[in-house]
Amino acid sequence: MPPFPLHLESLVGQYGSYLVFLLIGFFFGYMLEIAGFGNSQKLANQFYLKDMTVLKVMFTAIVVAMVLIFGASALGLLDVNLIWVNPTYLIPGIVGGLIMGVGFIVGGFCPGTSVVALATWKIDGLFYVLGTLFGILLFGETVDNFSVFWNSTYMGRLMLPEWLGVDTGVVVVGVVLMAIGMFVGAEQLERIFGNKDLKAEPKRRFLGAGALVGLAVVVMLIGQPTTADRWQAVSSVKEAALAERQVQIEPGELLNLLHDHELKPILLDVRAEADYNLFHLERAMHMTPEMLPERLEEFQLEGPTTVFVVMSNDEQAATDVWKTLVAESVPNVYILSGGVNGWLDTFAREDARIQPAAQKAPDSLRFAFAAALGSNFPAAAPDPGEHELEYPTKIKLELKRGPTGGGCG
Amino acid sequence: MTASSEIGTAPKRGVLHVLTGRPERPYANPYTAGALLGIVLFLSFFITGNGLGASGGLNRMIVFVEDLIVPAHIDRTPYLIEMAGGVRNALDSWVVFVAFGALVGGFASGWFNGRLKAETKKGPRISVRTRWATAFIGGAIMGYGARFARGCTSGQALSGGATLSVGSWALMMCIFASAYALAYFVRRLWT
Repeated sequence: MPPFPLHLESLVGQYGSYLVFLLIGFFFGYMLEIAGFGNSQKLANQFYLKDMTVLKVMFTAIVVAMVLIFGASALGLLDVNLIWVNPTYLIPGIVGGLIMGVGFIVGGFCPGTSVVALATWKIDGLFYVLGTLFGILLFGETVDNFSVFWNSTYMGRLMLPEWLGVDTGVVVVGVVLMAIGMFVGAEQLERIFGNKDLKAEPKRRFLGAGALVGLAVVVMLIGQPTTADRWQAVSSVKEAALAERQVQIEPGELLNLLHDHELKPILLDVRAEADYNLFHLERAMHMTPEMLPERLEEFQLEGPTTVFVVMSNDEQAATDVWKTLVAESVPNVYILSGGVNGWLDTFAREDARIQPAAQKAPDSLRFAFAAALGSNFPAAAPDPGEHELEYPTKIKLELKRGPTGGGCG
Repeated sequence: MTASSEIGTAPKRGVLHVLTGRPERPYANPYTAGALLGIVLFLSFFITGNGLGASGGLNRMIVFVEDLIVPAHIDRTPYLIEMAGGVRNALDSWVVFVAFGALVGGFASGWFNGRLKAETKKGPRISVRTRWATAFIGGAIMGYGARFARGCTSGQALSGGATLSVGSWALMMCIFASAYALAYFVRRLWT
């Protein structure tokens, strides 16, 4: 697994992690201040084309951070699946953005810059912060009147490469080039509307632009790790866990898990639809390997008490899906030992409608069913009180790394 | 400096002088400041998995105060209950520390670069009081919009921009579009 991001709380404790965030905030505020973002007139000049500092600082920061993030990911240092990507709620986001633009031009700040203005004793910054607090209060008090709209057009963790259908590296290079194009345009506007002498600007900026394009191209050429690459990186450890059967849980442990109110089990039945319709465990989600990619992001965001159990008729197909989930950093994933066949051996012995049959192929169902009842067999939801089963306990909750909420949660 | 003005200005002493005595320096080059800000943003993601944020911190501060005054109201409002329901402390969140850190960092830079000065920045055609009023109104509109969009320029535009979130890019364009569209009509405030 890539070593970053860190699980701060287990490394330095809760207060230690808060200290880290305090330091990050410190440098955040410091950089905003040296950029001149504590000065409302300077910020507002952006919109009268005299001083394009806002655009230059923002887009330089975005492209530098973007190149470093995806560069670290390409080198296998950072797990992008574990970083917070703002979920897309398209229409509420657009409406919110339009409102924010009004606040920006009328008030002369955005929330972060007004904090810095306040810190440097700007009185308009103080009034702006007070206004922001009032606006936030007002939102908290009114949002429940339009929560349906506010939660509409949800698209999840949608990133530009996926939306455009191109490689991440291509988007990284494209965004860098777009930003440089905007900077060239911005400088021309400053020359025309702000009477700025471009010859006085440092020449180093061309060097910086060149370096950034070069880095972005390198990131594109290395490419982002695929699921196969990610599996390769963890396979030595995880293959051993498979061979030692540390992740294959017995039917008894699964039954117990299903009745453990402190945990949230998610059962993934990876078999063909016909088998699933014949019989499946109650609450098992039908999830063939083809259906998996679009649900991965959702699974990555599950909380720390969620336990995934993958099952096929025997174990082969389930093991393949398990590998994908583990490689894509989904935490707490297990395989049902013996698969659905093993489950039926344990729980369907007395059901006359379910009869043992010959197994035709590896990992196929070796039972015949009187009817395709899905989960309407008693064996689909056995009563834990009726079964005394002994099993080795294998489920150990991993600490969840990465973010639990967004930058503005 | 002439002799008469030296007599007129008493030498400054004490805390205020320590804070404001440093010579004022010009702002950094925007590309340099942007690159440094980008490195901070990257390190935030790299180390913690989270980006930067400001309005979330302010949000929790106001909910904290609300919880002191009307706790029962918090426990009746779904949006607020997640942050401060029951005995949960609204300030117990990383984003509060980032916002507080930003306040300290801004102050440190203001001190170091000689820019701590109690003043009101405004356009030449409006009074200080008008500026205070528009700052409050603008802030209120921004605060409302930032929560509506689930994040402000820091939490959405910067952090979501760097991680290539589709929603954040759409939002960023809307902020600029709306501010540019309105700029002409409020030009009296700034030019």
